[in-house]
Amino acid sequence: MGLPSLEQMQLQHVAAQLNALHAELIDDDRLEEWPDLFEEKCRYSVISAENHNRSLNLAAVFCDSRGMLVDRIVSLRRANIFPAHAYRHILGPTRVVSSNEQIVSAQTNYVVLMTRNDGQTSIYNSGKYIDEIDFSGDVPRFVSKTAIFDTHLIDTMMVRPI
Amino acid sequence: MATAQQTDNVKQDTSAAGCRVPYRVFTDRQYYEREQENIFKGECWSFVGLEAEVPQAGDFKSTFVGETPVILTRDSDGGVHVVVNRCAHRGALVCREMRGNRASLECVYHQWAYDLKGNLIGVPFRRGLKGQGGMPGDFDMSQHNLRQLRTESVGGLVFASFSETVESCRDFLGPIVVEQIERIMCKPITVLGDQRQRIHGNWKLYAENTRDPYHASLLHLFHNTFGLYRSTQTGKALMDASKRHSLLYSIAASNDDAADKQAYGDSRTFDTEFKLQDMSLLKGRQEFDDNITLVILAVYPNLVLQQIQNTLAVRQTVTYGPDEFELVWTHFGYQDDDEEMQAIRLKQTNLIGPAGLISMEDGEAVEIVQNAIVGEERATSYIAMGGGRAEDADHLVTEGAIIGFWDNYREMVGFDLEPT
Repeated sequence: MGLPSLEQMQLQHVAAQLNALHAELIDDDRLEEWPDLFEEKCRYSVISAENHNRSLNLAAVFCDSRGMLVDRIVSLRRANIFPAHAYRHILGPTRVVSSNEQIVSAQTNYVVLMTRNDGQTSIYNSGKYIDEIDFSGDVPRFVSKTAIFDTHLIDTMMVRPI
Repeated sequence: MATAQQTDNVKQDTSAAGCRVPYRVFTDRQYYEREQENIFKGECWSFVGLEAEVPQAGDFKSTFVGETPVILTRDSDGGVHVVVNRCAHRGALVCREMRGNRASLECVYHQWAYDLKGNLIGVPFRRGLKGQGGMPGDFDMSQHNLRQLRTESVGGLVFASFSETVESCRDFLGPIVVEQIERIMCKPITVLGDQRQRIHGNWKLYAENTRDPYHASLLHLFHNTFGLYRSTQTGKALMDASKRHSLLYSIAASNDDAADKQAYGDSRTFDTEFKLQDMSLLKGRQEFDDNITLVILAVYPNLVLQQIQNTLAVRQTVTYGPDEFELVWTHFGYQDDDEEMQAIRLKQTNLIGPAGLISMEDGEAVEIVQNAIVGEERATSYIAMGGGRAEDADHLVTEGAIIGFWDNYREMVGFDLEPT
């Protein structure tokens, strides 16, 4: 592996920045802005490694349009009953797996810490993102984001995006 | 500690209007320990898994009955077996994986080996090495099998019991439960995946929750607003003859949005302003000729078999002490599902499980009770909706099946354990 080309470095930067923003919007409770990180036609799924590793598609959260992402957030705000909590994402380095003229595929390890009302912080979910990002438009957006989580025992519930 | 007077009140109120359950049964460890002995290891059948999870000879799955680790296996003759996951030698876990396939079960500690029925078939150095050591001359392999539970399969659902005296599983379930299992398990199924959630509350709060048609439209906005479930729907809350199991079902086609809105008034969960951008989430198919769109079959002590729209799943309760349990969701479809149906089931899974737009809320319902009753020795709940007796209802404004659960619990465990 020689030195990366300028283009490779740019793609790596794009993927890492988009993931950082994704984490920031969730952690700072700017959830209404979160769906805008995705293309209108997109896939977002949060699936346990327990299922993924058996080639089973059953996901905890599965959305196949930006509208469904919006619906998740509106539900969280207006419909759902759950314990008050906040997330903090800790992201590992983003690695570009492949790319073409339009799409960069990348993966990133993550840990989500959860803090509940009682002030205690716990490791809520750890896993990796597998992303496809369209960088051909004005701003890069996720075409597909899959969070594959190791923590297959979910603490009480999952309502915020991972 | 409950006073004598308090105890009298409990009995009096239970036989008259309403059921009162002392909160200590959710928090006090001695109730938990008695439950393990009298319910999970007692005169009961517990759900352990689906036959479809162990389809091939040698397949196994690790799971639990109450808190006791067990293994579900499929032997080469096609039979399913359940054994305690504990080596007969010095007590090690024989099976350390969640699932897999093996010709035999071998403990890693000293390589004692068992067949898939749990019979001991190999003990290394049994006759010693170079004339030294070895097991005593009267060592009898057949006396050192894994603990074998009685195992019965009903419609592809596998149940196990520690009891030699309990009635057959079919009789334990009763005709209503068996009929409902067979309704859903009407053709070969395929497992779609599992979900697990740890809920910080007592397992019996979830047993109440799943026997409770009263809460379902008041806690869950999705149920009510989108008409997936409303207490105004045509439906029933039925029990088996022993009243330990509960069947709730309803028919969404009976919705009358205008009349229902009037019935619910300003209820938070009937929100006509609440809209989805992408309604594909709620697009499904009618699957059953009876038009029933929601079935919650709560099987004593540790199972829920459910149909919500086109989602099909079993939910198994595993206990981890008085204030914690795990809920294991195993989702399935039918082997003959076409591509569209598979997609519907995967998408509607957004409604159920730990991240389910409906089901996530039950975890919170359990925890807010557990958090409020901590340390409470005397106070009781009050359960009376529908008349306060363990009676069937041809409507959904009842808590009768919860009382049925508690009547059975009182018989098997009791409400007034003396401090040890």
